[in-house]
Amino acid sequence: MLMQDKKAVVFGVVNERSIAYGIAKSLCEQGAKLALGYAAEPIRKRIEPIAAALGADFIFQCNVSSDAEIAAAAGGVREQWGSVDCLVHSIAYANREDLTGRFIDTSREGFRVALDVSAYSLVALCRAFEPLLSPGASVMTLSYYGAGRVVANYNAMGVAKSALEASVRYLAVDLGKRGVRINAISAGPVKTMAASAITGFRTILETIENRSPLGRNISLEDIGRCALYLASDLSSGTTGEVIFVDSGYNIMGV
Amino acid sequence: MSVAEKVKEIIVDQLGVDAAEVLPEAKFVDDLGADSLDLTELIMAMEEEFGVEISDEDAQTIQKVQDAISFIEKKKGE
Repeated sequence: MLMQDKKAVVFGVVNERSIAYGIAKSLCEQGAKLALGYAAEPIRKRIEPIAAALGADFIFQCNVSSDAEIAAAAGGVREQWGSVDCLVHSIAYANREDLTGRFIDTSREGFRVALDVSAYSLVALCRAFEPLLSPGASVMTLSYYGAGRVVANYNAMGVAKSALEASVRYLAVDLGKRGVRINAISAGPVKTMAASAITGFRTILETIENRSPLGRNISLEDIGRCALYLASDLSSGTTGEVIFVDSGYNIMGV
Repeated sequence: MSVAEKVKEIIVDQLGVDAAEVLPEAKFVDDLGADSLDLTELIMAMEEEFGVEISDEDAQTIQKVQDAISFIEKKKGE
């Protein structure tokens, strides 16, 4: 199995619709050991049964906007496992009012929150986990087409994803010195709990069905397979990349 | 299965409550112990089951069991 006895820390599972869940499941099926990080207490009762079903080693609370909680999380993982082979960052947040209407109206605070939780958290997690990452380890994060192109209502999150993708490139240089790779998956739209905050999401799904080369929306399994490639040695020569799992939608012109 | 029965089934499934508690006047938050994530999941489950779109504004108006049943019946009738 591709991930036999590899230790994977996954942030961002809320329920079985979560992209992070699709990734965790895919890694788990190939033999990975799992630890799941959750943002806050109300999520714990949701992921406990999921962690049990996946046979995860442990779960831990970590609000990624807190340096202290990130440090505590890394310390906890070190105690349990000693080292980590795969780190999955599938976390984003923006205030609802910043995911609708005019981007120009984004407040300073709304912009800060979106960038902090959705982009800076990757930098902070990489720094905290850096000493634990084994040679050949893989870090991955989740982006979206709205990082490079304008998607209606995506607004502050588009700018945050753009910062996230740029962060992946800069982090690739720092982590590369230790033989650690980092990449982003730019996933097509998936109806997750996070997506429910985006106005007109159904229209986005329909657009992919109608306009993408594969003529369908992507599944959690599609993303899980790409994650498996990125997490395993199959992608040993690839770092700093953004890989699209979007039925090919991003290549389309008129 | 009627819309009302199906809605009740979704509520039982999503909120992990006893079917006997899912009365028409039961409020999701106060009576059935739902938090905001539960409500979002409930709305998503109903959208999926009935193939309808429930906007944020509409979701705000769905506070008790009968609200959900009436909303879906109205949507399906359109």
